[in-house]
Amino acid sequence: MSLTSTNQLQVMLEKRDWILADGATGTNLFNMGLSSGDAPELWNKTAPEKIKALYKGSVDAGSDLFLTNSFGGNRSRLRLHGAETYAPELSRISAEIGREVADASGRNVIVAGCLGPTGEIMQPMGPLSYAVAVEIFHEQAEGLKAGGADVAWLETISFGDEYRAAAEAFALAGIAWVGTMSFDTAGRTMMGVTAPNLVKLLAKISNKPLAFGANCGVGASDLLRTVLGFSATGTAVPIVAKGNAGIPKYHNGHIHYDGTPELMANYATLARDCGATIIGGCCGTTPDHLRAMRSALENHKPLERPSLKTIKSALGGFSSESDGTDGNSPTRERQSRRRRTT
Amino acid sequence: MSDQEDDIILSELNDEDLVAQMFDDLYDGLKEEIEESVNILLERDWAPYRVLTEALVGGMTIVGNDFRDGILFVPEVLLAANAMKGGMAILKPLLIATGAPRVGKMVIGTVKGDIHDIGKNLVGMMMEGAGFEVVDLGINNSVDAYLEAIEKEGPDILGMSALLTTTMPYMKVVIDTLVEKGMRDDYTVLVGGAPLNEEFGKAIGADAYCRDAAVAVETAKEFMARKHNRMAASA
Repeated sequence: MSLTSTNQLQVMLEKRDWILADGATGTNLFNMGLSSGDAPELWNKTAPEKIKALYKGSVDAGSDLFLTNSFGGNRSRLRLHGAETYAPELSRISAEIGREVADASGRNVIVAGCLGPTGEIMQPMGPLSYAVAVEIFHEQAEGLKAGGADVAWLETISFGDEYRAAAEAFALAGIAWVGTMSFDTAGRTMMGVTAPNLVKLLAKISNKPLAFGANCGVGASDLLRTVLGFSATGTAVPIVAKGNAGIPKYHNGHIHYDGTPELMANYATLARDCGATIIGGCCGTTPDHLRAMRSALENHKPLERPSLKTIKSALGGFSSESDGTDGNSPTRERQSRRRRTT
Repeated sequence: MSDQEDDIILSELNDEDLVAQMFDDLYDGLKEEIEESVNILLERDWAPYRVLTEALVGGMTIVGNDFRDGILFVPEVLLAANAMKGGMAILKPLLIATGAPRVGKMVIGTVKGDIHDIGKNLVGMMMEGAGFEVVDLGINNSVDAYLEAIEKEGPDILGMSALLTTTMPYMKVVIDTLVEKGMRDDYTVLVGGAPLNEEFGKAIGADAYCRDAAVAVETAKEFMARKHNRMAASA
């Protein structure tokens, strides 16, 4: 039950077998001189030409869809930089620049208005209430919509309630959406959500996303194991795979991700075979990687779902033995009297 | 919790069963039960330091191990740490009053530009659970904020956390400044955060990268032991 039946992304999903998303934002902005600790979103206002170059880098490399520079553009995160009142404006500008680049590309390119986590822990573990989380996402989503984003794109979420709160906010804003989580802890999100858990969560959300999936996390191998976990449920909702280009290394004062364009090209076609429809990169993915991914996807003949062994030999090993879905994850024998039932 | 459970009268358990029950209650994040049990042990003339090490640290070690092993995840650990904090609030003034031994002192904070403090809070709580004194600088710390705290607190360990690709290089800025000022060797520097790895920790000049809060505690203890050995050797 999507809000907009004529949404551009939905049209593209119906027409195409696969869609190439974009690469990293942070990594590429560093390469343009962003200094560590600064809010990339402030550049939407102070250095729009750089943001334009960032988007154009992806579009020229063949991305069908790119994310706006607004990941940390919610009021809770901007507060660090004393810019919390600019949240709607910075998001709007990020989308306006995106719209301009997409419309000038001469082909159909989707502007995905990016929203990252609030950065706060939700109740009962932390202070953030569900209602305030909805408010934070709603405010940002309105900005993205006003700037001309085709969809809202939620990513790097770890907690089910935060994902639900965003879904509700997107319904309030009246914008179609896509939402991915980051599975970085033994194949789960840091809050313990497994791949099938996320699929189950979708069933409970009334404002359904156009697509869902995984982004960031550990390496390309782990991400594909998660995608296999999604597709194994038989879900009909299109799957997103946005993995990091390898792992971060420190070289001469800057971060370098060790995944080569060849590795990411391999990852892209494997992601397709794992069942992903929207395929892109996350941290460390540059236009060079995207070009290699585009060409690999264009020349790829679909194969059957790869085994974990195939993924491992193509992209490297996994960060944990189990991802919590194979019944082999570690457990603890409990002898608690409080838990014992009579 | 559910009404299927047995009613446990904590004060009727002997010491051994009570400590075992506390391990379970920490695991389940039951703050009120932990506070009650701490008070019972104190009434039974347990020294505050013994309550800390045998009951709370013992219980949090299990939580830490299961977190490390992917059995427990952040929500459970936060609830467990919250329960432990309830017990610590009772013990802290008593520990100071009784001059209990201190394992070590840590200054910890998330680097500039980074709002994420979940991992850092976990480390802080687990370190306290392991008997360390922890000074938490919160989020968004500049080099100056770290330096000021170090000079004021004189910690054994500096802990830095970053959760974003855009903020992790800032750790190097802090370490480089310590080197410049000739202070680097006075402290053990531990770093952590999701995008980091061991190689990155080494490359920026940290003493160690800690994968999670449990590893941070183990690593901190190891460095404290080395420090004590060195001091003993040169004494």
